[in-house]
Amino acid sequence: MALPYDSAAKLQEYAHPEMIVTTEWVAEHLEDPGLVVAESDEDVLLYETGHIPGAVKLDWHTELNDPVTRDYVDGPGFARLMSDKGISRDTTLVLYGDRNNWWAAYALWVCSLFGHPDLRLMDGGRAKWIAEGRPLSTDEAKRPRTDYPVVERDDTQIRAFQDQVLAHLGQPLIDVRSAGEYTGELLHMPDYPQEGALRGGHIPGARNVPWARAAAEDATFRTRAELEAIYLSEVGLRPEDDVVVYCRIGERSSHTWFVLQHLLGFPHVRNYDGSWTEWGNSVRVPITRGDSP
Amino acid sequence: MTTPTFNPRLQEIVDDFNAMAGKERLQLLLEFSQELPALPDRYAEHRDLLEPVPECQSPLFLAVEVEPDTTVHLFFDAPLEAPTTRGFAGILHAGLDGLNADEVLATPGEFSSQLGLQDLVSPLRLRGMAAMLARIKRQIREQRG
Repeated sequence: MALPYDSAAKLQEYAHPEMIVTTEWVAEHLEDPGLVVAESDEDVLLYETGHIPGAVKLDWHTELNDPVTRDYVDGPGFARLMSDKGISRDTTLVLYGDRNNWWAAYALWVCSLFGHPDLRLMDGGRAKWIAEGRPLSTDEAKRPRTDYPVVERDDTQIRAFQDQVLAHLGQPLIDVRSAGEYTGELLHMPDYPQEGALRGGHIPGARNVPWARAAAEDATFRTRAELEAIYLSEVGLRPEDDVVVYCRIGERSSHTWFVLQHLLGFPHVRNYDGSWTEWGNSVRVPITRGDSP
Repeated sequence: MTTPTFNPRLQEIVDDFNAMAGKERLQLLLEFSQELPALPDRYAEHRDLLEPVPECQSPLFLAVEVEPDTTVHLFFDAPLEAPTTRGFAGILHAGLDGLNADEVLATPGEFSSQLGLQDLVSPLRLRGMAAMLARIKRQIREQRG
């Protein structure tokens, strides 16, 4: 059974307030049956240092990715993973994590490929929970195993592949990487050379809006008015646009996907998870260097 | 296929990891992250003396000192919010600090893949530890001239 939505005033301004909850809401509902809280971090050990009591761990490297092919787990793999975590198809699944919910947004996007009905992000993530002095636990949460159904992944709505991006050229594209990666000055994210590409620059026509601009100092999402000032007024996107977002491997752009689709209510936003590590290594795809789209 | 040989201290760490099952290895890595010594004042007040290791997912800085008798001392700085990176640094500190330069230089580069952490941590994240070791060795060679 789905849990009630969070009625916090800031959230009601967003297009889909049902997709987001505050730390207060999580603290209040932590014991409710039907809720599973999952932590998804860049650092694979952060959960072990302390997490929201009862929260399970969901790791993108070792659990959401297929171990062999560059792809996500398939329907049976996702069903196995969810069952192991004690998540049912009707569970209200609240995700949170480190670094402005960067990886939590990525996990939420992957869960969305399988159409999990009730997904929510905890605004402010791990940093806000800790800053507010809320309790942490080092006990690994063990929930009773469930029988999550096998649902095939739907890659047609919110995921874009390279050939689709090639066909999309000329339509709105948002590159959410740092300015240095966008211009081609850097072949990789600062401090992450291991996921580099052979060529630097961006997809022709892409506008550069670094993903973290959507986050405030306390790691929460900016208000709807602030987000509209960036994506509508400054970048010129219109809600009816067909938008493709990308970064390096699709994680930072999941955060922007969440902002455009769920906070601003754009119905057509796709995340190109191949992103620069595919595009910048591909033969004969067009690349633009410098700071103009 | 030959098994690489490590100095006795590193070998003990490798054995400890491999003696454990699955998730217990993460707990051991967490213990190494907690045991990583804090920077001494001479580095804490002069972080510019530390070399950045950008191959790690989270910021890590290190310094290497080689004494006249070639005893090697290692110093690491990584934020508490990056326990995996701290854990890798803690393993290298526990396994190599105080050895002589030749012993450190003899550490096989594939050390990080011998801990049984690939499935738990991912090979991509483990590259950070290999990069730390490579930089430590390079600094020792440079300092020996």
